[in-house]
Amino acid sequence: SEFVYHAILLSFIGHPEIFPLVFTTKTQEIFNCRVDEDVTEENCFKLIKKEDIIQDLQTRAAISDFHPVKKVVLEYPGEELLVVFDAKFQYGQNFYLVASEEAKENLLKRPETTEEKEEEKEEEENREATLEVQLYKPPVHKPWVSLGSEKEVEEESVKETATKIKYMISRVRRKFGAPITFTDKNASHVKDSYVECTSYQDKTFSIKMLEKDVGVQMIPKIREASTQTKWTYPKNAATQYFPRQLSNEEKEESLSSEKLKEFLTSVHLRMEIALQQNEIMNAFFDDWKALAEDESSSGGKPDVYLKAYQSFTDLRYLKDRTISCVCWHPTIYGIIAVSARKQLSYEEQVNLSEKSLLQQSVILFWSIFDPIHPQLMLECPEDVYCFQFSPSDPNIIVGGCINGQVALWDISQHEEKLQNAKPAADGIKMTAVNTVNASVLHIFTESPLVRYCTVSSMQYSHKKPVTDIHWLPGYSEENQMGATFENRAEVRVQLVTCSPDCSILFWDIPATKLPEQPSSEKIEEEGIFNIPPDVPDTLKHLDLCWKPLIKINLYESDINTEHGPVRISLRELHYHYKTSEKVPSLNTLEVPVKDSPHTDMSAPSSKNLKALENISTGFFVGTEDGEIVYSDWKMEIDSDSAKPVGQKHTQKYTIHTETINTLQRSPFFKDIILSIGGRNFAIWKEGVTNGPMLQSSCSAGRYTAGQWSLTRPGVFFVGRDDGNIDIWDLLKKTYEPSHFQNISESMITFISPCIASPKQHFLAVSDDLGVLHVLEICQALSHASRNEHANVLDYFEREVKYLK
Amino acid sequence: MDETPGVRDLIHQLLLVFVTEQAGTRWLPVFQAEVEETLKRIQAHKGVIATMVINAEGIPIRTTLDNSTTVQYAGLLHQLTMKARSTVRDIDPQNDLTFLRIRSKKHEIMIAPDKEYLLIVIQNPCE
Repeated sequence: SEFVYHAILLSFIGHPEIFPLVFTTKTQEIFNCRVDEDVTEENCFKLIKKEDIIQDLQTRAAISDFHPVKKVVLEYPGEELLVVFDAKFQYGQNFYLVASEEAKENLLKRPETTEEKEEEKEEEENREATLEVQLYKPPVHKPWVSLGSEKEVEEESVKETATKIKYMISRVRRKFGAPITFTDKNASHVKDSYVECTSYQDKTFSIKMLEKDVGVQMIPKIREASTQTKWTYPKNAATQYFPRQLSNEEKEESLSSEKLKEFLTSVHLRMEIALQQNEIMNAFFDDWKALAEDESSSGGKPDVYLKAYQSFTDLRYLKDRTISCVCWHPTIYGIIAVSARKQLSYEEQVNLSEKSLLQQSVILFWSIFDPIHPQLMLECPEDVYCFQFSPSDPNIIVGGCINGQVALWDISQHEEKLQNAKPAADGIKMTAVNTVNASVLHIFTESPLVRYCTVSSMQYSHKKPVTDIHWLPGYSEENQMGATFENRAEVRVQLVTCSPDCSILFWDIPATKLPEQPSSEKIEEEGIFNIPPDVPDTLKHLDLCWKPLIKINLYESDINTEHGPVRISLRELHYHYKTSEKVPSLNTLEVPVKDSPHTDMSAPSSKNLKALENISTGFFVGTEDGEIVYSDWKMEIDSDSAKPVGQKHTQKYTIHTETINTLQRSPFFKDIILSIGGRNFAIWKEGVTNGPMLQSSCSAGRYTAGQWSLTRPGVFFVGRDDGNIDIWDLLKKTYEPSHFQNISESMITFISPCIASPKQHFLAVSDDLGVLHVLEICQALSHASRNEHANVLDYFEREVKYLK
Repeated sequence: MDETPGVRDLIHQLLLVFVTEQAGTRWLPVFQAEVEETLKRIQAHKGVIATMVINAEGIPIRTTLDNSTTVQYAGLLHQLTMKARSTVRDIDPQNDLTFLRIRSKKHEIMIAPDKEYLLIVIQNPCE
């Protein structure tokens, strides 16, 4: 601190009080200021008497070290002079002389004061240890001591060097407040009639400042910098959760709590009011819209027609033949199959003694794109009376023959050909000139003849022609006892056939053999004919030894009359040709149909299958004599004799006079059946035993065929023996057909509707001459109005009530 | 005496009250029977597809549907009810939600809320 003080003090260069001196060793010895002995860096002050210096000057004169400062020494007022040892050579020499009393005093006092201060500090610290509160000592007023800085202050201060110029402007007093006189000047005398005081630049104000005193301060360099940090924070990308659920005990506890009971008591009234409101009426029913729809359908006569689309006939195979059955291919658009049989008169049909094999009986496949050439032909052992495609696999076709046998075809090899049946090339147009060539061409482009895979054994089949054949629904299966079991695989495996020999047969196709893999089992025992190599092996082992599973004889034990069933209709015949079955609606909870993979083809063993309790086993049968019989196939164990006995309740109705040709359930209502025979038709409801709900009056001609419409619940088509089709609409008129149209000249033998696409609905009509007519159903007949289903249902319910 | 169902119910309820004061937990099955009966009556209405009782946190207590559907309905409808209730109360704090009906193309969902429970009924209104 001492040196700092000296540095500040002596940094003013040219200070008049400091005189650097060089002391030789001799001088140092004389004055006892030897370096590092008398004076040291710390103890650098040495007071020397003035008289000694003067004496030294006199003795040594010019060589005395004090010679340069002789004048200063002589003028020095005090007695002792201070000599300071300059260890750091601040002033250039190793000693310097302080020439004024005040400076000497200051120099001497400072070290002392610092020493004193240090002592005081120690004392203070000691005192602080003892005292807690430090007393505040206000600063003591001290006289100002000049340290010589006035000179610098004066030099730096800014003073005006130039004397200021004074101007005095005066005006005669009498002119103050004197009245002002204005004079006029003609504006046109001045250029532009514009007077102004223009400004001009005064030269006295253009002095440039050439020199200016500016203060400059040095500062360290400042630089501004900034950074941005990326703030990453966790954010939820996905959440996986599962719902909380209560355990059974907790549920029980809640259910039995008082609070729940109170809640339900308070709430159930509101709920019931709301439920009842919905039952009473539909608050959101748009009356205006409904009115518009009704008008469009009932107002004015809509254009009802069946437009002729295509007609098919074949000269070779269908000559002198009548078409017995028509079936649309369930999945491929536009493919229709017809079976033909020989035209027989009524007596010949009954007796059936002779069978002529002159003409090969076939089932023909037509495509609506190609009316000339049949796509496929199935070879039949005998005339086929009726046939059906299998709903689960449209490549399997079963047909009932005129001799009582059942035949099965597998057309999976030709499936592709059928699917690719595109419209025939328009180049081949038949003109009158080319008819000769056409027949030649026909031979070359013959469609393949597919032989049947299996035919049932002669012994166990029907004795009379098989008149009706149906596939049973896939989810049920019967065993020997007649109990219905669940069918695990969705493949249709069972058929039912009926024949006028008073029997109904249930046939079984083993599930393992139905897929197209060739059966690797043992091939066969008894009598196989030469099978052409391109017939698939499906069910080859069953050929000619195919036996029915169950046989039901329709006898009435007490009256001992026989019924010759011609048509049969079971309740559960619901064909779903679309691949996606099970629509999970909240309403159906009755029969749980299990999902099963199609690959699981093990033969179903009846032990593991669940017995279905609530499948209805009743069926309707239409007989040769025109009777409708309602019976049940389930076998019951007679309690007395412990033997299986058939059901006793059968109902018989004689409405029709001639043999029944149609017995069909409505596609919309499972318990409504249409029966057509002879000169009238009837509509029945299953379960209503009084009689038919609706019975038509006797018509002039005979009804020969009939079918429900697939899209409108109250419409059905009836074919007559004069070639007309009657269209009955139950919502319009129930006493006569709403529309009729002539299709051909001969008797209509079969009608089959089909929904080919949402816009195209076809009706296939076959007649006695072997011609198949395909008609397009107009929109009015194919599109149901909004409430039609409900209205028809109401109508049927009303009819049932009238019956009672 | 020709009793109307209302009087019978009243007597039934009075008896219950009288009896429950004597015994404590022994009458739990009886409570449950009442609850069951009310729920069965609601379920037996024409067109009712499903009935559910849900607690205040949205966990189903009693349902006639399968588990996954129930849980889905419970979660969604619980949130909707909370939202509806808060809406009503925001507009007027003195007010409270008493019933909520959602009509869709296929069916109608009716929700009766309460402080601790929620009764949900799905009905198919007949055309």
